[in-house]
Amino acid sequence: MDLKTLTYIAVFSSFGLYFAIAWWARASSTSEFYAAGGHVGPVANGMAIGADWMSAASFISMAGLISFLGYGGSVFLMGWTGGYVLLAMLLAPYLRKHGKFTVPEFIGDRYYSKAARIVAVACLIIASLTYIIGQMKGVGVAFSRFLEVDYGLGLGIGMGVVWVYAVMGGMKGITYTQIAQYCVLIFAYTVPAVFISLHLTGNPIPQLGLGSTMADGSGVYLLDKLDLVVTDLGFKEYTTAKLGNGINMFAYTLSLMIGTAGLPHVIMRFFTVPSVKAARASAGYALVFIALLYTVAPAVGAMARMNLMNTIEPSPGQNLVYDERPQWFKDWEKTGLLEFEDKNGDGKIQYTADAETNEMIKVDRDIMVLANPAIANLPNWVIALVAAGGLAAALSTAAGLLLAISSSISHDLMKGILTPNISEKNELLSSRIVMTLAILVSGYLGLNPPGFAAGTVALAFGLAASSIFPALMMGIFSKKISGHAAVAGMCSGIGVTMLYVFQHKGIMFIPGTAFLGDMEANWFFGISPNAFGVVGAIVNFTVAFIVSKITGPAPKEIQQLVENFRIPSGAGAAHHH
Amino acid sequence: MSTNNSSYWRENLRLIFKCLIVWFVVSFGCGLLFVEELNTIRLGGYKLGFWFAQQGSIYVFVALVFYYSHAMNKLDAKYGVEESEE
Repeated sequence: MDLKTLTYIAVFSSFGLYFAIAWWARASSTSEFYAAGGHVGPVANGMAIGADWMSAASFISMAGLISFLGYGGSVFLMGWTGGYVLLAMLLAPYLRKHGKFTVPEFIGDRYYSKAARIVAVACLIIASLTYIIGQMKGVGVAFSRFLEVDYGLGLGIGMGVVWVYAVMGGMKGITYTQIAQYCVLIFAYTVPAVFISLHLTGNPIPQLGLGSTMADGSGVYLLDKLDLVVTDLGFKEYTTAKLGNGINMFAYTLSLMIGTAGLPHVIMRFFTVPSVKAARASAGYALVFIALLYTVAPAVGAMARMNLMNTIEPSPGQNLVYDERPQWFKDWEKTGLLEFEDKNGDGKIQYTADAETNEMIKVDRDIMVLANPAIANLPNWVIALVAAGGLAAALSTAAGLLLAISSSISHDLMKGILTPNISEKNELLSSRIVMTLAILVSGYLGLNPPGFAAGTVALAFGLAASSIFPALMMGIFSKKISGHAAVAGMCSGIGVTMLYVFQHKGIMFIPGTAFLGDMEANWFFGISPNAFGVVGAIVNFTVAFIVSKITGPAPKEIQQLVENFRIPSGAGAAHHH
Repeated sequence: MSTNNSSYWRENLRLIFKCLIVWFVVSFGCGLLFVEELNTIRLGGYKLGFWFAQQGSIYVFVALVFYYSHAMNKLDAKYGVEESEE
């Protein structure tokens, strides 16, 4: 069978699976719609968190980034996993104990303030919407490349699929589809990695293969060879290349960690488990499932780089003749993500770090994972699988984000503030309507990405790190921080971060380089805006502390509330009070 | 807060503090601050600092979260604040 047929089969059978699950797991109450009724076990929840968390950026972009950044790419690996340690110890158990549906609801209760709740809703919506644009673009690109349909049509199909199962099933449907999507995406990610590791090093486990010797009998370690190959061509040494300076890497890693711990669509998933104990455990399982992909990614990155180098220059001085280039090269040239220009007119491909002589004038980092199976000559079914996996990653994250948005609007704004007397049936209906609108808005934004699309990840993580994480952490670990203090802290934290990000908006936004919320453009100028969330968080903590000293401590009943959610006993399922 | 609950909370804070030290050492310490020193040591084909940054820190994170979860379950039982089974 040809590649296109196989891809259609893989993609549409995975969609069929998601629909079947959605039909089976329809939501009939707000508790099911927002928190899956609070019946999800820790392992299942861990898997759902894995799919919720691992987006098109993790699946498609991350290994490509590592591929070209080498050691510098470690900030993503540590940052996006280390955040779960913070989440497991500092936030998840207490939020679960408090037992509400949404993050703004917790903030509103703890800070006894509608203003705080509204600020939290605003942060959540901006962070989630910016994040979702990247997912929608991922869906569009995966469709247009693998199924050869128009980008807009691909986006439309993706929106339709998410609509069916997210609107019908709410958190319940999303949870069970995410479990299926996790299986699809992890299988699709590891299968090519195992093949490639086996081929290059003879070791089928990519994590070990990366530290093994080459299978060509030379006895040279893969990473040593890669260091040698890239430095010969003038690139930075793979295993030591830094991302900016040491301070930038430090700030970047810390920002991603606290940003991860503050992302509402991930935190929300902890409301679905039946107990505090299960919340702690499910953070552990989530990290296991995430680590499965995140420890394979560096192997995929290094091996893809090696294969790319070997294809272009099979042996030193023997460069690939352009007319004899392989099929994958031609395919990606068509998309414009790979470009060659024969500068010296010899008909061969030279790929060097020197812009004067380099003839691979464009190698988009995002193609590395998608092109990897083809570069390594793997069978067509593996390539088809990768397409289905990329779509699973994008759809599962989009669904989680949509739920975070719709619940914060229908539950926090409408039920909580505007129309408190709304019946459960109408609240359920309104959250479905809001979700439909959110899908349309995000689809529109995916089709016409706004100017800040290239910085979306910076913005989402920056907002979560500088507003939501500090507000939650202070609310739990300090009994005294007052409502005024929290509002002032959140506003100044976001203010500083947004100012910094937007300051770079003009510089950072380079049309055409942004694919799935690409981050590379930010790195050329001083401290990257992506690394700035931690500064915003420090501002937030400081301002809140000072304001709290001035305005006095939180009232007694709030202090009692804090004492109550610090201990596990007495927790029920997420519910109304 | 009752004395029981406040000593439970103090023990929890101590545990979190210990775990966060490990969290910091394996990622920011071994993976970033002391990476060059550690890179002089080899772990198969890996330079050790590079290994911590791209593999080791993640394994330790997983172990930490499970350790914390386990230790807290014991602490809950010690202070009698476990959740009642539904």
